[in-house]
Amino acid sequence: MITVGQLSHSFGAVDALAGIDLEVGEYEFVAVIGRSGCGKSTLLRLIAGLLAPSEGRVFVAGSEVTKPRRDVSVMFQRPALLPWRSVLANVLLPIEIFGLGDHRDRAHELLALVGLEGFEKRLPHELSGGMQQRVALCRSLIQSPKVMLMDEPFSALDAITRAELSEELQRVQLELPRTVVFVTHSIDEAVLLADRIVVLSPRPGRIHKIVEVGLPRPRALGQPELDDVSRELRGLL
Amino acid sequence: MKAVLPVVGLVAIIGLWWLATIVFGIDSFLVPSPADVVASFVELPGYLLEQTLVTLWEAVFGFVVSIVVGVPIALLIVGSTIMERMFYPLLVALNAVPKVAIAPIVVVWFGFGISSKVLLVVLVCVFPIVISTASGMKSTPDELTELFRSLDASRGQEFFKLRLRHALPQIFVGLKVSISLAVIGAVISEFVGARAGLGYVINTSGASADTSLAFAAMTLLAIISVGLFYGLSYVEKKVLPYA
Repeated sequence: MITVGQLSHSFGAVDALAGIDLEVGEYEFVAVIGRSGCGKSTLLRLIAGLLAPSEGRVFVAGSEVTKPRRDVSVMFQRPALLPWRSVLANVLLPIEIFGLGDHRDRAHELLALVGLEGFEKRLPHELSGGMQQRVALCRSLIQSPKVMLMDEPFSALDAITRAELSEELQRVQLELPRTVVFVTHSIDEAVLLADRIVVLSPRPGRIHKIVEVGLPRPRALGQPELDDVSRELRGLL
Repeated sequence: MKAVLPVVGLVAIIGLWWLATIVFGIDSFLVPSPADVVASFVELPGYLLEQTLVTLWEAVFGFVVSIVVGVPIALLIVGSTIMERMFYPLLVALNAVPKVAIAPIVVVWFGFGISSKVLLVVLVCVFPIVISTASGMKSTPDELTELFRSLDASRGQEFFKLRLRHALPQIFVGLKVSISLAVIGAVISEFVGARAGLGYVINTSGASADTSLAFAAMTLLAIISVGLFYGLSYVEKKVLPYA
């Protein structure tokens, strides 16, 4: 679904990424992990078409990424909800921008899926941080994207909400499977969610190792079987 | 309940003013007492209300034109760096010119009628509207512009669905500054050349040394300004419940 070939990117004289090769299969969940400044967000923005690579190419569903596309959704660190729009209108924003027909029923379904029934008419500031990020997840899903890109989507949340949301994402992924690239600096999140974990080493960002997580789903945070993978990752970082 | 304190403040000031005119025995030709002012109004209520409506209309008309002109100018400035570089300094220079200095020329060009008044009001009002709209649009958070970029939104969508909407609270700040300036602009213009309006009343009452009539007219001006300002605040609360 995603092919990244010999991808490099520099900001001025600073090399952020060097020679990244990566294949992501359909419905595969790949986590990208690394210390801050290792270029993991840059990699995501290159796949999203928000940045143009200095070298190398990115393909999604067989066609080269040259600019942001409708079949690729991006979820950011912060919910990025429009404060003047209701929850429902925020979820429907991509549909409105794309000029598509009535998707209200679909929006209601998605909100129900993440436990936000009855909040459709609320404004974002009336919601907790975790609920806002759930709305952002629905906004991502309503595009029916071939690829979902997530840039540390839970990192601005408190630890408890964070754990809750990563388990919720796992549940959503089991119900509505998507191809996902998930950038995080949390080992627990990566091990809980991913089929494969790409470990980046910093300056410039290179693929240090790719770890397969062969555990059956659903997984649970704190499950002893996850510990071995976590330990391996800790050794690599 | 919220209205009690402003009323107490107002009554206190009027009481002090009245007391001062009595205690110091000030000639009503210099400073009329509140009673003199009310008497002036009661003498000519129909005439004064008519003049009030004239000034109110000039101010509101000019204010609306300023919005219609100012917001598109802001869109151009935000949308095009070339436009901004070319015309922004001119706009600043235009704003720096004292409007009192332009008023006579405007009257020469447009005569004693309403068009010269409206034009002067626009000259006074448009700048705060342009500045607040442009700076509000520019201060749109990066996360939101990035979201629109990731959705491959058009420039028009980014401007109207995001930036302009985001700027609304700041636009209202500019509008509140402008609405008070609008009344001032109308009065300046009436001072320079007019046949009606509260500015005209004040000007002619000065010539005939009728200080209490001038005070009555000024009171009406204050009432207009306060009314317009709070009216606008009310609209703001309705439009921006989340702010």
